[in-house]
This record gives sequence, C-alpha cells and structure tokens, in this order.
Amino acid sequence: MSINAPGAPPVNSRPISRIAMETPWYELFSRGARDWLRHNQKVREAVKDSLPNLLAGADIMSRPGNRTVMVPVRTLEHARFRLCDPPSKSGAGQGKGQPGDILQPARGPAGERGEGGNGEGELAFMLELKIDDIIDWIWEELKLPDLKPKHSASLEDPSYVREGIDRRGARSRLDRRRTVKEAIKRRAIQAEPKPFVDEDLRFRQLVKRNQPALNAVVVFALDVSGSMGEMERKLAKTFFFFALQGIRRQYAKVETVFLAHSVEAWEFPEEQFFQASGSGGTVSSGVFNLAHQVLQERYDPGRYNAYFFYASDGENASDDNELAQQSLGRLAALVNYAGYTEIGGSMSHRQTPLNVMFTDLRRHGLPTATALLSRQEDVWDAIRSFFTDQATRAAEV
Amino acid sequence: MNAQELARYAGQLEDLACKLGLDYYPVDFNITPASFMVEVAAYGLPVRMPHWSFGVRYIHQFIRHSMGHSKIYEVMFPGDPCHAYMMDSNSLAENTLVTAHVIGHADFSKNNQLFSRFHRMAGGHIVEKAAQHAHRIDAAMQQYGLEPVEATLDAALALEAHVNIDQELHRQRYPERAALCPHNHGSDPFSKRFHHLPGEPEPAPRPSQAPRAAIPPHPEYDLLWFISQYAPELEQWERDIFLAVREESMYFYPVFACQIMNEGWASYWHARLLREADFLPDNLYVSALKAHSDVVRPYASDEHTALAVNPYHLGFCMWEDIIEKHGIKHARQVLRDEDDFGFIRNYLDRDMANKLDLLVYNAGRDGEIKVASRGIDEMREAILAPKFNYGSPRIAVSELKSDGTLVLQHDSKSDGRGLDIGRANKVLEYVQRVWRRPVRLHTLDEYGHERELAA
Repeated sequence: MSINAPGAPPVNSRPISRIAMETPWYELFSRGARDWLRHNQKVREAVKDSLPNLLAGADIMSRPGNRTVMVPVRTLEHARFRLCDPPSKSGAGQGKGQPGDILQPARGPAGERGEGGNGEGELAFMLELKIDDIIDWIWEELKLPDLKPKHSASLEDPSYVREGIDRRGARSRLDRRRTVKEAIKRRAIQAEPKPFVDEDLRFRQLVKRNQPALNAVVVFALDVSGSMGEMERKLAKTFFFFALQGIRRQYAKVETVFLAHSVEAWEFPEEQFFQASGSGGTVSSGVFNLAHQVLQERYDPGRYNAYFFYASDGENASDDNELAQQSLGRLAALVNYAGYTEIGGSMSHRQTPLNVMFTDLRRHGLPTATALLSRQEDVWDAIRSFFTDQATRAAEV
Repeated sequence: MNAQELARYAGQLEDLACKLGLDYYPVDFNITPASFMVEVAAYGLPVRMPHWSFGVRYIHQFIRHSMGHSKIYEVMFPGDPCHAYMMDSNSLAENTLVTAHVIGHADFSKNNQLFSRFHRMAGGHIVEKAAQHAHRIDAAMQQYGLEPVEATLDAALALEAHVNIDQELHRQRYPERAALCPHNHGSDPFSKRFHHLPGEPEPAPRPSQAPRAAIPPHPEYDLLWFISQYAPELEQWERDIFLAVREESMYFYPVFACQIMNEGWASYWHARLLREADFLPDNLYVSALKAHSDVVRPYASDEHTALAVNPYHLGFCMWEDIIEKHGIKHARQVLRDEDDFGFIRNYLDRDMANKLDLLVYNAGRDGEIKVASRGIDEMREAILAPKFNYGSPRIAVSELKSDGTLVLQHDSKSDGRGLDIGRANKVLEYVQRVWRRPVRLHTLDEYGHERELAA
C-alpha cells in the first residue's frame, strides 16, 4: 500500500515523492541472521581444528550426565589491510580540556583488562557443542581408526522382541486399535453385527531373537601412592576420559571399572576414583591381580571385549617386580588391549620398572603399549598411538 | 505512527523546500520495522551480497540496538529516485524531522560533484543494482558451491577500499603498447639538422613498433580492477564479483568522503524547514526539536568530553556559519565543489574550533588519554586523518611478473608507517586463493624494517 502525497498543485514542478507504509516481507527473511549463521558455522570449523588443545584443559569427565560442553570462542575477523598501531594514537574530540589534561588515566599494572577499545572489538561468546560430536570430529581429524572388537558378531545376547500380531495371546498384549479395526471391518459386512466377537481380537506377539551385541568393559587403574600429585592425576583423568570416549564409539554397551592402588588395590565408584589417595609405597601386582579377578568374575570374556588402562609414575616396590610381571602377563592375555601411561616429567622414563615390564610383554607379542605423558598436549599423542596401534595389531591377526 | 499525517506534512515540507531553493530528485520514502533498519545499518544497502563478515556486523548492530545504545532514525540512498527508510516505531514528530533531513540529503547528493559524478557514471539505481549483484552471487553459490564463491568474496571484500576513485567506473584495460613518444621521431627538419651537428650521435633508428607496455605501466592503486582484468585464471563469475564490489565501493566513497558536509547540510535544513513550517502544530515542533538536539549534541548528557567529533554537530554549526557569513549562494557553491577535506581545511577556522570546544587527544599504549593540543592545524588534520585514502593504507600493484606473480607495494612513505603484518598476511592468503599464482607485498613492519610478505 503506498500513500501518495496529497494533491497540492506542484509548486515550481517540485518532485513528487511517495511514502510506502507496509513492507511485510522484511520481517520474514533476515539476511543478517543468515550471514550470522554462516559465520557460526565457520567458527565451529575453527573450533574443530583447535579442539584437542581446548579440551585437554577442560574439566569434563566429572559430569557424567552432561552431554554438552560450552567452549568460549571469539567472532572471526575478516582481515583487511591496516596500518600498524602507532606508539600513540591521536584523534579529534570535543570538550573543555586543556593541553596536558588527563582524560582517562593509564590502566593499572595488575592486568586490569577493561574494554581495550580496538575498533569494532570482537565479541566473545560461548558455543555449545555435544560431546559426541566433539569426539567424532577429533576422531576424523586425527584419522584414528575404528576399534576392531576381538569377539565380533558371534556374540549373542538373546532377548525378547515384539514381532507380529496373532489372534491368540496374553491379555496384557491386546492391541486395542487393531481389534477395533477388525470389528469395524466385520460390522460393515454383516446384517446385524455384534459389537465385538472373539475373532476380532488381536494380540501382539513376542519372539525370542538373538541380538548380536558388542560389549566392552574398560578397566581403569590408577596409582594413587604418594608420588602421584594433583597435576599427574589430572593428566591421567584426561587420558582416561578420551580413551573411554574412543571405545564408546565402537561398542553398544561399555562398562567401566575403576581400580586404585598404592600398597593394596581397591575398586572405587567413578565419582570417588580420582579423589582416592593412599600413601606409602607402590605395589602394582595387587592391582593387576584385582583387575584379573574382576574380569574373570564379572565379565565373561566370550561376551565382553576387555580393555585395561593403567596410569602410574612408573615406580614399583623392587621386591614386587617379578610378581607384578607375572600377574600383568596373565592379565594381558585376557584383554584386547592393555595400555600403560607413564606420567611425570622425570628424565628417567625408560628405566622405570613398570615401563620395562610392559615393553617386555610387548616384545613377547602381547597387546600392550606404553605412552609417556608430561603435559596436557601429550594426551592426544598418547591416544593416537594407542588406537592406531590397536588397529594395526587387529589387522595383523 | 499515522502515515496519512506524515504524508501530508511531507508534501507541505517539500513545497517549502522548493520555495527555499532546494533541488533534488524525487524521494521514495519507506516506513519499515526496526529489524530492517538494523540490517541496513550493518550492510550499508538494503539488499547486498551475502558474506559472513556482514553477519558479524549485524550481530554487533543488533546487540547495540537491543541495548538501546544507538538510535537509528533514517537511512537514505541517493539516486533517481532516491530511496529513504525510516522506523515505524519512531514518533510522528521524529519522522517529520527525518523527512526534512532526508530532503536535505537529497539536495546534497544531487548537487555535490562527487555524488553527481558517480550518478553519471553508474546511473541512479544503486539500490537495485546492489540487489542484482546479490542475486547473481546467490545463483553462483547454487551453481559453483558455497566455498569457492565465499573464497572470492573473502578476497574482494577485504580489498573493498582499494579502488581508484579518480578513474571511470567502466574502465578499459591498459593499451597493449606504450604510446610512441613523439620526440623520438627525429624525422622533423629541426631534429635532422640537430643530429647532424658535429659531436651529436646518430639518431637511433625509429622502432617499427612501439615496445610492449609493462603491466602495470604505472603503480596501480585500484586493486579490485586490476585483479578483475589481469588475474591469470579468473572465472567470469569471479570477475563479476570483483567488479560488483568495486562498483558498490565507488558508490560508498562520496558518502564516506563528504560525511561531515552531508550530515551537516541535512541537519541545517531539517532545523530550518521545521522552523519555517508554520503548518506544523506546536507540540510536534517541540518534540521534533528535541530529537534534533539529540542528534546534533556533541556529547552524552552527563559527559563533558567526547573522544570523537559528532559530524552532525560539526557540520551543522559550520554550515550555519558559512550561510551567515557568505550567504546561501556561496554555500551552494561550497556544497557543489568541496569534499570534507576542502570543507574542513577552508571553512573550519579558529573561532569555530573554539566555539565547538574541539581538541586533539593522544592515547598511549598504557591506556592513558590526554589532551594534546587545541591548535587549529592539528585539529583539522586530526579530523581528516581517518579519511585519507578511503581509510586504508595506500597499496599499489607495482609489477606483474611473467610467471604470474603479483607484486604489491605499500606506500609507507606517504602513510607514515608500515602495515599490521598479521592482518596483511591473511589478506594475501585470501588474494592468493583467487589469484592462483604467488603474491608478494613489500612494506615496513612496526619497527620500520623492510619486509616482503608472500602467499
């Protein structure tokens, strides 16, 4: 609808302008929103690239119910040619000041970060990402192979499944809707129909079927003796989290077992696992034995693919070394894979007893691997080496 | 807001404007919702090519608007007819003011030489043309995929300001051969006798054909044009994108270069038209006046200083001064012939600067800001500095090598310092994706050392 300017006779042939009031289509389609969404897509891609580093620092594992992570991001900048910043910028302003007057004092020394004022300024905002998506991206990014289960489709887990309709069955499985449909069909044909007859009844049927089920159990073992401090635990936690996610991608059901040990070994629920602390020496054979025992008792090797991950600083009581080696050997025979991460910054990594043990087993052909973690950045290399290695071995078998 | 009433006032205002000597192409007024105005503020034109950088600007604008920080009154696009947009949520008084303001803009953009030159070169339909560009680019995205088109837009929009506004919009490629210098002929009688004087060398035989011209024959500052003409493997749709961005950029240049004059002129006329409009009810006039003073106020209500100059305030006061001292006829001449550089350097005098409390401040790296000077020369240059060279560094194509390498030279001497290296490298990456051969840029870094950047 456009309203023309009312008919006053044109004075000096002045231009006749018009005024339009309604522009309904503007509200329907926003180009700004479309371009902002495209920008966000690009931000997601940028985040993807730096994801491993971002997540290495985040504290995700302790919230099992939370399926998303908030990642702080900045808006992307579309670069233009720009002169470099001069040592001091001058500008024009308006006001009463005289030369020398201070309009704004210098920022305090202790990092008082105010707005900074660099032109448009970037917006910082939080992008919400699903953990599953993140793990998928990372797996693609790092080109990690998928795990090969040892026991594959031959695993069977028979269960009852709904299948089919029949005229006979249990009352609780009466399908009312179909029954009524049948009754209607019958009534349409008959002269003086009864409302419902036995022949109308329909029941849902259950059938016992074999489901191929891929299950895994992951046993996490942590050395909580005096030598493992806060930082070391955090590294272990990050490593365990990603190892678990990697395994979750492949299996329908993943169960977890958490073991901690110093001189003795105990099983813990997940929430308390990382807080556990012992004191005194380290006796690894205990935890290997416990792991072995748990697996044998509760997780039928025919049905479960077992994985074992052990994080420690490498030290072991010297009189325990031989026992530990033996029990580790037995354990390794039971699992798909046994991974060992040595945490700590010391130079003498190679010589630690545990390291030697695992390396030795590997030489004998058992599925083990070792990785060294001293900083957050190492976590990803460790994950990568484990999973790549596991895939290679499975391929060889 | 009652559109009928507005239409009535608008008609009467236009009659009054004509009586007072304003001369302009007809205006197509539109009353639109806030969402539309926010978009136009971010894009600069009602319909414009899609790009993620506009999305960022849009969200900033959206947030500012939602928080009530920046009140939008109107957007106006010159042409024949002009297009103007105002907010349906503003009051009748505000929109009456806006109408008068737009009439002032319409007069300015018909008569100022920078605007009229672009109008002559491109025709008066920038709004429609920009919409066409946008649709063609959307079609290219459908046909060739989002990423390739986006990569071209990344490069073209990054180079937005690097156009040569002194050239024609439709510009031919360089001549293939260098023009023969007439003085080399040696065939005229004087030259013949001169060359037979004892001691003079034999005249060189005249070349049968002029030598091939170097590309570019002189440093070329219009990077968008150069890339569109001389990139080794550019698709036609990529060329179209560069030329579209260039055209829109050349349209924006007069708006950028005459901002103070233009806003000042429109403010002067909205004030004068309202004052002389005896057909407006008093309360409407008072409300409109309040809106006027909000627009031309130098700083926010409880502040005593502003770290920027309000172009509405500055321009308004300067025009009042010029019209008072020299009369309207002279003022119209100034309107026609100057841009902000001429306007400020010729007409911002010491008295005006004092009256407006203008000052120059310095901001150090530690965040301290202090008043540096109230001198008139420093004042003028401080106001004009952000406007040099379309607000961008001076960068020219210095050479196109035989292997297709594009060599760029930054004129750091005239800019006074070097480039921000990080950003320059990113821009070179954008450009290289489209140029498809090596790209080099010579500049200085922040320490004054020569650097050659490459992509």
